[in-house]
Amino acid sequence: MSKVLTNNQTISNVHRNNQPITQKRNRLDKIVHNSLLAISSLPILFALAIFLALWFRAYPILQVHSFIELISGTVWKPLKGLFGFYPFIVGTGWVTLVAIIIAVPICILTTLYLSEYAGVWAQRLVKPILDLLAAIPSVVYGVWGILVIVPMVKNYAVPLFQPLGNVFPIFMSKNPTGYSILAGGLVLAVMITPFIISIAYEVLQTVPAGLRQASLALGTTRWQTIKYVVLPVSSGGIFASVVLGCSRALGETMAVLMVVGNMVQIPHSIFDSAYPLPALIANNYGEMMSIPMYDSALMTGALILMVMILILNIFSVLILRHILIEPH
Amino acid sequence: MYSNEPHIETNGLNAYYGNIQALKNISIVIPRKQITMIIGPSGCGKTSLLKCLNRFFELSPNTSVTGEVLTDGENIYNPSIDITEIRKKAGLLAQRPYPLPMSIYDNVAYGIRIHHTRPRREMDHWVQHYLEIAGLWEEVKDRLHSPANNLSIGQQQRLCLARGLAVEPEIILGDEPTSALDPISAQNIESRLLDLKSQYTIILVTHILRQARRLADYVIFMYLGEVIEAGLAEQVFNHPQHERTQAYLSGVF
Ligand SMILES: Nc1ncnc2c1ncn2[C@@H]1O[C@H](COP(=O)(O)OP(=O)(O)OP(=O)(O)O)[C@@H](O)[C@H]1O
Ligand SMILES: [Mg+2]
Repeated sequence: MSKVLTNNQTISNVHRNNQPITQKRNRLDKIVHNSLLAISSLPILFALAIFLALWFRAYPILQVHSFIELISGTVWKPLKGLFGFYPFIVGTGWVTLVAIIIAVPICILTTLYLSEYAGVWAQRLVKPILDLLAAIPSVVYGVWGILVIVPMVKNYAVPLFQPLGNVFPIFMSKNPTGYSILAGGLVLAVMITPFIISIAYEVLQTVPAGLRQASLALGTTRWQTIKYVVLPVSSGGIFASVVLGCSRALGETMAVLMVVGNMVQIPHSIFDSAYPLPALIANNYGEMMSIPMYDSALMTGALILMVMILILNIFSVLILRHILIEPH
Repeated sequence: MYSNEPHIETNGLNAYYGNIQALKNISIVIPRKQITMIIGPSGCGKTSLLKCLNRFFELSPNTSVTGEVLTDGENIYNPSIDITEIRKKAGLLAQRPYPLPMSIYDNVAYGIRIHHTRPRREMDHWVQHYLEIAGLWEEVKDRLHSPANNLSIGQQQRLCLARGLAVEPEIILGDEPTSALDPISAQNIESRLLDLKSQYTIILVTHILRQARRLADYVIFMYLGEVIEAGLAEQVFNHPQHERTQAYLSGVF
């Protein structure tokens, strides 16, 4: 009886004594919570700030021409006040598409080999090499592109694929220099490969070993296990890694502009030269600013690039949701 | 010593993780169509021994194995042997169930489709058959095509049993197959295994001595990578020869 009483007393005492401490702790928790919230919303604010800044700078030209008019216009004659972005948008699309088509199969096969077949030593060796490749400055890739890729395209790829040009117009060659979409796409492919492989590899590492073993224990081969178990559970993550690579390719500037030829035209073949949006901005910003609306037009270019990346990301989120929700 | 003919035999089996020797000169005989249970303190090499019997040991990096494992008289470490055949013959029930990322139906059909062990048009029949053997049919017959991940852990383990049986193994290996389950589910699995004994050679690892007493026909006691004592369950439990076995059975460690 007395014991129960003392227990009760002790509990209420502790309770009373702790009240200020609890309050203090709650307040501290709130401060930490709010400051973390503030810090983590910074990137969103930055993105919004950039978007708004671009919008304001692009505003003058958008008052004269509609956005649709600008992105569908095919003529780029700043001196005459003609700012058609269509060639640049198409050029960006071509270079990115070529890069992705070249890079994705290589990346997926390499990642599967590294994650599912290679020994520990290969993984230890390849990981640092990939990190190193990802750290090479883009201008170095550009120089390598000029010295190696452009001559290769000129001397080997063009003669090899030209016969196909009559059947498939995308292989038609009217540009003998080698500075082309294919050169840009190849350089880009090499640049985004380590990036995609790193992410896709991490994705495959998240597949539990027990799941692979559950399949192997039934007497399946490694490949059957990859096909029916590993890939189905990691397809969303692998897709995400490709989209991230795509976003990088869309925005990559220096290396591409060094090898892609930079001619304002609507390309029809991988051997044509093109003029991607980032190259347009980097080459011209700060020059010929006396031309009316020129600055505003370049900012519109940046805005279009941002919108393209945004659309890509929204699109990928929708597809990802589809992949993830679908029962395997 | 054993009434049944041997199904698996190991001769001077050594297994290493890098420089660590997990199994030391193991020579045992495992009788056909009986339940053999491997017991011993944590880290003594029970899992390692089990994994040597279906060539799973080599899935860990930097491992090596010397010696022989004879299944039906054939050395499964013979370099020319087909590993998938070995694993098909000796199914594994893991400690934690891992349903494959597909429907309940497809989990059971998976092995049948890969090994073409049954005609495609009889698939429904066989899926039902194996789910019934595993004691899961009644619970899942109305949702065969929903994802296997939605099942409870206990149901998942029985699904893994059905999935394993569907490839028609001769041997069932179980690494503490009930340790992640609630008592009722554990009992369910235990009674399944007792039912299956008449058709399969069953080898189980367990930490639960009472479970070993309930199920075992034969017992292998291991300590620090060595087999200390092996024999008829009744013999080992009631008249252990070795003092380490006596100490372990009386709960000293
Ligand atoms: N992947 C590994 N790498 C290195 N050493 C390992 C690895 N797995 C197990 N070992 C070591 O091998 C020895 C045997 O391990 P094993 O898992 O076979 O023991 P166990 O009897 O199954 O233990 P438990 O009852 O805890 O599951 C232990 O000393 C363990 O530390
Ligand atoms: Mg173990």
